[in-house]
Amino acid sequence: MGEQVLGVQALQFFIASVTAAGFGIAIAAFGCGIAQGIACRSAVEGIARNPESSGKVTVTMIIGLALMESLCIYTLVVALILIYAHPQASAIAALFGAG
Amino acid sequence: MEHPYLFFVKFFELIGLGHFAHSYPHVIYSWVVMIILIVLSAIATKGITMIPTKGQNVLEMIISGLEEFMVSVTGEQGRWLLPLAATVFLYVATCNLIGLIPGCYPPTASLNTTLSCALPVVIFTHIIGLKFHGVKYIKHFLGPVWWMIPIIFPIEVISHLARILSLTFRLFGNIMGHELVLGILMGLAGLFFAPLPIMALGIFVCFVQAFVFFLLSIMYFSGAMEHAH
Repeated sequence: MGEQVLGVQALQFFIASVTAAGFGIAIAAFGCGIAQGIACRSAVEGIARNPESSGKVTVTMIIGLALMESLCIYTLVVALILIYAHPQASAIAALFGAG
Repeated sequence: MEHPYLFFVKFFELIGLGHFAHSYPHVIYSWVVMIILIVLSAIATKGITMIPTKGQNVLEMIISGLEEFMVSVTGEQGRWLLPLAATVFLYVATCNLIGLIPGCYPPTASLNTTLSCALPVVIFTHIIGLKFHGVKYIKHFLGPVWWMIPIIFPIEVISHLARILSLTFRLFGNIMGHELVLGILMGLAGLFFAPLPIMALGIFVCFVQAFVFFLLSIMYFSGAMEHAH
């Protein structure tokens, strides 16, 4: 009977990890979208103001976008770890097997 | 997720080293990338002439474009860094692009390869700093005023360690995420060519990530070469 309770708790822990992963990546994508939108707006305004600088402005904008994207990617890696490569995965699986 | 079918892993299975090939596909494909880069460069530079044609022309365009961009970021003092920086760019770009060929696994989708690209860059930063400034290189870590040293020094050390992590995880996350999305879309609707738009985005992402790695490397090198604030 105690093993069944442990199995249920292991399942709840896993559900909590996966939910956290889902919300984490959603919040990161939200912030990343706003930030990259601000960068693109400034780049487009700069090009509209001075069309000759379009090459340099575009390269700088792409670099800035890639650096902001990398922050979202860090969150993606953490979410993937929570879902697929959780450090306590074997312990939880053992509890599943018992419960 | 189904087991991927990789050409060179199958080839190694035929030789008899199947167990090694299945556990370390990123090592095998990094060998493939090395062989491709060496063979293409050897073919293009076989008969070097003053007026370039064909393969030599393409290579000259790539290398001179990289060199001019690098000098515009670091100044004339950074011109000697071109071999390391261009090698990093070409290696990372080819590793990323190999992933777009069906049946090939990008080596940079594994943390080992990206860490192996990031560690030499960061360690070389410190070697450059010690070579150019000697013991006074520590001034880079100490900040503008002497009484803020206990706060600034740990922050600078942690930020230098974080450079390794950020370079590694940026490249790994982008390429691994790309591979995961391709795998999931293939499982969902492979027959309807669903992964194709992601592969088109993937070409762009491969070049941009190699370029960002290259740009950050030369910015770290030039930051170590210049005088401390």
